[in-house]
Amino acid sequence: MKFAVIVFPGSNCDVDMYHAIADELGEEASYVRFDETSLEGFDAVLLPGGFSYGDYLRSGAIARFAPIMKEVIKAAEAGKPVLGVCNGFQILLEAGLLPGAMKRNDRLKFMCRPVELIVENNQTLFTNGYEKNEVITVPIAHGEGNYYCDEKTLKELEESNRIAFRYQSNPNGSVADIAGITNKEGNVLGMMPHPERAVDRLLGSNDGLKLFKSILHNWREAYVTQA
Amino acid sequence: MYKVKVYVTLKESVLDPQGNAVKNSLHSLSYNEVEEVRIGKYMELTIGGSTENVEKRIEEMCERLLANTVIEDYRYEIEEVVSQ
Repeated sequence: MKFAVIVFPGSNCDVDMYHAIADELGEEASYVRFDETSLEGFDAVLLPGGFSYGDYLRSGAIARFAPIMKEVIKAAEAGKPVLGVCNGFQILLEAGLLPGAMKRNDRLKFMCRPVELIVENNQTLFTNGYEKNEVITVPIAHGEGNYYCDEKTLKELEESNRIAFRYQSNPNGSVADIAGITNKEGNVLGMMPHPERAVDRLLGSNDGLKLFKSILHNWREAYVTQA
Repeated sequence: MYKVKVYVTLKESVLDPQGNAVKNSLHSLSYNEVEEVRIGKYMELTIGGSTENVEKRIEEMCERLLANTVIEDYRYEIEEVVSQ
């Protein structure tokens, strides 16, 4: 399976994302620059964390209009898995691929530590390797992860089972303890915690690896059915 | 030429964590009359030439990029500048 790791000016988790795929998952990964105009041949798209364009104006607001984003939107519409982590999540929100917006953390601090997440929905292509309600440990590292959406949107997210992960203990003021959500079709996931930083026990946790394994498992199933 | 002033603030219905912190700080300085602080952004745009539909285009810029209308409101003032 071939993963594209999108690199914006100011991305800084691209190498971790590449490492998670190429070294831990054992699949093919390539960096794709923000100014490229094709994602042909890729089976999944990963938007890494960082501070794209220095977080100027709003996190993700400028990256959202980078040339490669047209192709990311196309890939999402074609049903390919698209994962946005941290700044990648913020970019997906700005691009309108996921609903809502990010605010500054309620305590105005940059939070950088492992947190416990509850797997709320294990029926997505990103979470099928987890048990429902499984508690996993994944690090967060953000100053603007206070997820906001209006009540109507929240109701929709809850009723259609689109909240993939919730915080066990809310670190940032996020609405309904939301840590990660999917789109209606279930092929786009945005999350603030960093699964790519939790792929090796030596570094504290490998709970994030199952997320990448789930994507691979789902892809293989689809491939085998088609073949 | 036009000079456009754009103001972006969090919507009334959205809690402003920065504004709250500043309000508390003002209270600790004994400015107890302060009931609310909302923090926003101020942008100045200089629009060249004799652009038509300035207002429509500014509106578009606000909707597409300058504000995130999920959480923010915007308003703007357009001033025509006579070049000397």
